[in-house]
Amino acid sequence: MNHLCVRILQSGVMLPLKEKDKPIVQKLLSAGCCARCVLRFCCVSVQAAYRQPQQDTLKELQDFISSAENSKSPDSAGAESTDRNNKSHDAAVSEPPEDPPSKRAKLELSATGAPSEEDAAAVVKQKDEESCVCVVCLGVLQELCGPTQAVKIAEAVKAEKYEFDTLVLSVSLPAQLCVREHSCWLHVKKELREKSVALDKDDVIQVKEAFKWIMQGLVARALGGVAVVTRSLFEVGVEFTHPETDADCHFLATTCPDCFKPTKNKQSVFTRMAVVKALEKISDAKFLKHYPCPPAQPSSSCMPRDIQCLHGSVFVAGRYNKFCRSLPQTPWVIDGERRMESSVEELIAAPLLSSFRANSFNFSSSGREDVDVRTLGNGRPFAMELLNPHRSRLSKVEMKQLQETINKSSDKIRVRDLQIVTRDAMSRMKEGEEEKTKSYTALIWTQKPIQRDDITFIDDIKDLTLDQKTPLRVLHRRALAVRQRVIHSMNTRFLDSHHFYLGLKTQAGTYIKEFVHGDFGRTVPNLCKLLKTDTDILELDVESVDVDWPPSIPE
Amino acid sequence: MDCVEQTDTEAKAPSVVDRYYTRWYRADMKGKPCEDHCVLQHSNRICVVTLADTHPILQNGRTIKSINYQISNGCSRLNNKVSGKSKRGGQFLTDFAPLCRITCTDETEYTIYSCIRGRLLEVNENILETPSLLLEKPSTEGYIAVILPKFEESKSITENLLSREEFESVVSKRTVAQSQPS
Repeated sequence: MNHLCVRILQSGVMLPLKEKDKPIVQKLLSAGCCARCVLRFCCVSVQAAYRQPQQDTLKELQDFISSAENSKSPDSAGAESTDRNNKSHDAAVSEPPEDPPSKRAKLELSATGAPSEEDAAAVVKQKDEESCVCVVCLGVLQELCGPTQAVKIAEAVKAEKYEFDTLVLSVSLPAQLCVREHSCWLHVKKELREKSVALDKDDVIQVKEAFKWIMQGLVARALGGVAVVTRSLFEVGVEFTHPETDADCHFLATTCPDCFKPTKNKQSVFTRMAVVKALEKISDAKFLKHYPCPPAQPSSSCMPRDIQCLHGSVFVAGRYNKFCRSLPQTPWVIDGERRMESSVEELIAAPLLSSFRANSFNFSSSGREDVDVRTLGNGRPFAMELLNPHRSRLSKVEMKQLQETINKSSDKIRVRDLQIVTRDAMSRMKEGEEEKTKSYTALIWTQKPIQRDDITFIDDIKDLTLDQKTPLRVLHRRALAVRQRVIHSMNTRFLDSHHFYLGLKTQAGTYIKEFVHGDFGRTVPNLCKLLKTDTDILELDVESVDVDWPPSIPE
Repeated sequence: MDCVEQTDTEAKAPSVVDRYYTRWYRADMKGKPCEDHCVLQHSNRICVVTLADTHPILQNGRTIKSINYQISNGCSRLNNKVSGKSKRGGQFLTDFAPLCRITCTDETEYTIYSCIRGRLLEVNENILETPSLLLEKPSTEGYIAVILPKFEESKSITENLLSREEFESVVSKRTVAQSQPS
């Protein structure tokens, strides 16, 4: 069907318009609508009709309305007109004979012939200034929509040096376009009602839609043949503003105040959503009282804003070791002042950001260790969301190299199993957090002198349940509660009369430091109670975080 | 100087209190001689109220008869409940809000006060069962209460209190004053 129409159009035969469209075309052109907006209001869904140069379309429309309706009668015969689908009709198939419409059309036509002032003036104006800005789309479907703009968009995309196969074009239009669209709809609705044509506002092709039909192919070509599709991780945003007519929306705030409630994140209450909602609520009479119909002629076109490119996030996961007792996991800021100069996340993120050429990152991990705690063994699972990556695919070899780069950049940390994962896979890490076990080694100090035999009983303790009140250390940010946590097993290694190493295998979420010093007696039992002397923890290492994600990558 | 653990002669690392808390004092609470209180403020602004080791309860081998958190007919600190991260529902205390009354076996009674403005998070119920904790470990397991100052007051609440140095100088003057007349 589309191919057929394209051929008809290319051969310059005719636009897919029917006789009943004639008065609408007439009225819209007189009102100062551009040719493509006329097609939209005639609900023409043949994309090719929009793609031809707008001057050609305008010429065809003018020919169409000035053509005598005598061409109509022979076409009206035929069962095929009822068989064919209404919207993609071409002009060859026309009206079933209906009296009132044709009469009306005659009247309109005669009106242009013998000027009834207003209409005539509008038509003349339209003819004289073919370049004048459309009252509905404010130029978006005119000069702002064509090969020149497509090249500009392509250049802007190329300049950012993204790697991508497909892109989705998004369009942001000033909210007042909805008001103008509504006004124009009311303008032709009056006409259509008289002609008893069942046409709904939803059938009008949206400016955005028409813009994409025209531009997608042009942009794709200008970028050397990438696919411009409806869903892609890579989004190219085109935004238009039109300060001259921003005030168009303002009357809606008085007629429909509840649609325009200020929120802290919005620059203006007149968002597209709010305007659409207000237009749904307002009565036609009220609208017409406050706003001209058709809309007033603007003096300038919309202004295109800078092209915004955005690539969907890439997620990278792995495990990290931390070998340093003065390195926080995330930047440590107290009263706006930075403590410690680096952090685990920053050391990992820097090479990732530069390889993926991403703007920023979000770091998450399976739990966290204190600044003075090392993480040894296989390390702690982590995932990094890289926002707006300009490069999104690295091979396994490249990921291996990236891992090496991270590992060479600092001896404070080390990563393994570095890999690209999906957003969904990241939830696996958080799921494992509470159930899984963790192993630690702690260096313990005892107040009373100890002998080797004094501590061996600890090795026999299995599944010791602790009642831990929220440690005072974290009470400012966690709710006060008593939490039961299990220490599955412990082992000891005697060092000297005041020191020994304590190995622990615990349920995740057990606070080890508090188990050792007792936290003012708020964790019971604690090591002080078990050994019947004050004990303190001098060093702590995480030996393993038993979460089986991300999958290990063989060296 | 850690008032609890001074028996060990070997050199040792700073205690938990030394490492994470700042000690603040109020001497002669409400004008009563030597009724010194100590407030341990954690770097996260949480405060633990304890007896200073110069408090009369800890002198002369006194023993405790009873500890009462019922500070008036209508108010018991034991009924204090907080919920959620924001610690809703906790009793709000001012500097001179009483926390508990401690009666020694020699029938002397002492009132322990909040010393700082803030929300009461918990009182130490362990000392009800084991009053000796208060005598043996006054600055750790024998604590009285945990108070969370308002965020914006977390610096200013200690302005009326004595620093450790200031308190030590008060105590040494006191010792001199006591020894001179005798």
